[in-house]
Amino acid sequence: MIQKSRLHIPHPPARPGDKPDFSYLQISQPGEVMRPDVNTHAMDMTDLAHSMVRVLKDDGKTTGPWNPHLEPEVLQVGLRHMMLTRAFDERMQRVQRQGKISFYVKCTGEEAVAVAQTMALLPGDMLFPSYRNQGLQVARGRKLVDLMCQCLSNTRDMCKGRQMPIMYHSKEGNLFSISGNLTTQYPQAVGWAMASAMKGEDNLAATWIGDGSTAEPDFHHALTFASVYQAPVILNVVNNQWAISTFQAFAGGTRVPFAARGLGYGIPGIRVDGNDFLAVYAVTAWAAERARTGAGPTLIEHVTYRASAHSTSDDPSRYRPKDEFEAWPLGDPITRLKQHLIQLGEWSEKQHEALEKELEKHALESWKEAITYGTMTEGPSLDPSNMFEDVFKEMPEHLKKQREQMLAEGDK
Amino acid sequence: MAQMNMIQALNSAMDIALSKDPTVVLMGEDIGYFGGVFRCTEGLQRKHGEHRVLDAPIAEGGIVATAIGMGVNGLRPVVEIQFADYIYPAFDQIVSELARLRHRSAGDFYAPITIRTPCGGGIRGGQTHSQSPEGIFTHVSGIKVVMPSNPYDAKGMLLSAIEDDDPVVFFEPKRIYNGPFDGDPDKPARPWSTHAKGEVPEGHYTVPIGKAEIVRPGNAATIITYGTMVHVAEAAAEKSGIDAEIIDVRSMAPLDVATLRASVQKTGRCVIVHEATRFGGYGAELSATVQEECFWHLEAPIQRVTGWDTPYPHAFEWEYFPGQKRIINALRAVLEA
Repeated sequence: MIQKSRLHIPHPPARPGDKPDFSYLQISQPGEVMRPDVNTHAMDMTDLAHSMVRVLKDDGKTTGPWNPHLEPEVLQVGLRHMMLTRAFDERMQRVQRQGKISFYVKCTGEEAVAVAQTMALLPGDMLFPSYRNQGLQVARGRKLVDLMCQCLSNTRDMCKGRQMPIMYHSKEGNLFSISGNLTTQYPQAVGWAMASAMKGEDNLAATWIGDGSTAEPDFHHALTFASVYQAPVILNVVNNQWAISTFQAFAGGTRVPFAARGLGYGIPGIRVDGNDFLAVYAVTAWAAERARTGAGPTLIEHVTYRASAHSTSDDPSRYRPKDEFEAWPLGDPITRLKQHLIQLGEWSEKQHEALEKELEKHALESWKEAITYGTMTEGPSLDPSNMFEDVFKEMPEHLKKQREQMLAEGDK
Repeated sequence: MAQMNMIQALNSAMDIALSKDPTVVLMGEDIGYFGGVFRCTEGLQRKHGEHRVLDAPIAEGGIVATAIGMGVNGLRPVVEIQFADYIYPAFDQIVSELARLRHRSAGDFYAPITIRTPCGGGIRGGQTHSQSPEGIFTHVSGIKVVMPSNPYDAKGMLLSAIEDDDPVVFFEPKRIYNGPFDGDPDKPARPWSTHAKGEVPEGHYTVPIGKAEIVRPGNAATIITYGTMVHVAEAAAEKSGIDAEIIDVRSMAPLDVATLRASVQKTGRCVIVHEATRFGGYGAELSATVQEECFWHLEAPIQRVTGWDTPYPHAFEWEYFPGQKRIINALRAVLEA
């Protein structure tokens, strides 16, 4: 029976011990892809879903119609946000390994997506993140110490100890509460955007998922509702090639690009070099203009690579070559923006090193401050009875009774 | 006061909510231009506009998810899931998102949504149009679960649900949309105009969530029930001549424990009746609550009268449906013990 199976089973191009192989990846030349008017109909620009918008060339220079022509100061801010995101990740990975927090997820190699996109949007735009978009938090000016306190579930945790690490939110920062259930935020963002349109407001919603999550029904719900009601929303698929141990082919990404999923719904799909800060910024600004001018939703596929493990509970050396990231043809987003700034004469290796040290120090100092508000083992601690708060707006009788019982019986 | 059936009462509640609060919006399959397959939203799109009464794609998960997003963005959505049997595709969004959003964000985000959904059997709907899944939702912390049994409560409770800042799953027993049903399918249909609770104020009023109602006072035994079964239980008590007190739970979560406790401590005997299947069902929670609260007052083991633990059968509906006879047998059992 098994020997006769004619079922197709997808495989990644390389497993541990194999030579990394990215020959499956369709990559356009920088500057090659046209930039249509934002009001163009989805079906009149289908090539955007199959090619790859790129602005930065290998020599660090820019080219083509998608160049957003950002001022060097803006690029320096973007570089700083990306480097701060990485410094934050490094510090948190280290403290997790020291047993100071239970869990962490790095976004190494994907910093350009979150940072460039946040910078291309307006502060009133509502962001519905997935769990690997900490660059959104950083670029929206959230303090590292606040993010760290969440990971520590301490007395300054914005979630009051109710969520595992990295599930941040910020009401004033317009950053929606992160869920551990994949893709749920996608159609929620569409609903938020629908409400914005219903109220006659200009704010848009943007949301993120990974390649693997496109298989969830909520992905298709989001695209259907976004298309039907022409919601002002930017739907992002961060295709980092890996969903824990499963290669993106298990979500069907190697047959047709994820960006092309939009076309079946009449939603424009754009595939972009996710490690090219300028390209990500440009397509996001384009999609935002579409949304704000009533031209509807856009699906953006960011082609990038998950350079780190899925999480601190994962060991990628068991399912992919250890040196895959070094062979990744789209490079490192921080290195690429750095080279561009150096080439412009607006940055230097020396400045870069100095900034790296400064941010590393900032992350360490933030951590030192964060632990003064409590750790998993040392006080001050949250009052456990707060778990009964916020289940409902007003606490019902049965929860009051259970809270009393818990307090009477003690916590151990 | 006006004579209304449950459909008209629900329609009136939504009409008032739409008129009173500009953030209220309705969304669901077939609810807009057509007015809903059960006609509950008839005329509302015409009156309030297609931007406030939205026809939705056939995607229950998408309907609830987008409603959450709208709720977070300052709207107060009232969504219709066409049949409770169709609610499962939205289960993840209800359980993992809607119910927990306020808690997980420490009160910073919440979505004040009402999910209306017709439930229950007695309409030859077979296993995909007759289910009573309320017990699946009462198990979830963070949502309120209610089921009215008459037009007066339907309107007042729906207005309470819409005005509530917490999510409410609002079950509508569709067998009694047009009139009370006593469990005897051979009798001619009775309209709500023959029932006191078919008298409904035309204006705004609320019936609070979290309060049960004694619909028939008595001393010999307590019947705890809700929805269509309230009327079946009343007919059973009448027919048996037993002086049973009947409590309409109305609000399954939160539960009005005080009313249950007072009644069973008085009667010492308790029968729990619901249409839903028995094992792990809401009746088990009621039974456990009564046992915890009234153990030393109980004169007999608590009896449960429920749907059988099978899928809802099309051809054998009246063998499945907990009718008067089964309720009378249970009453006799608690009295004879």
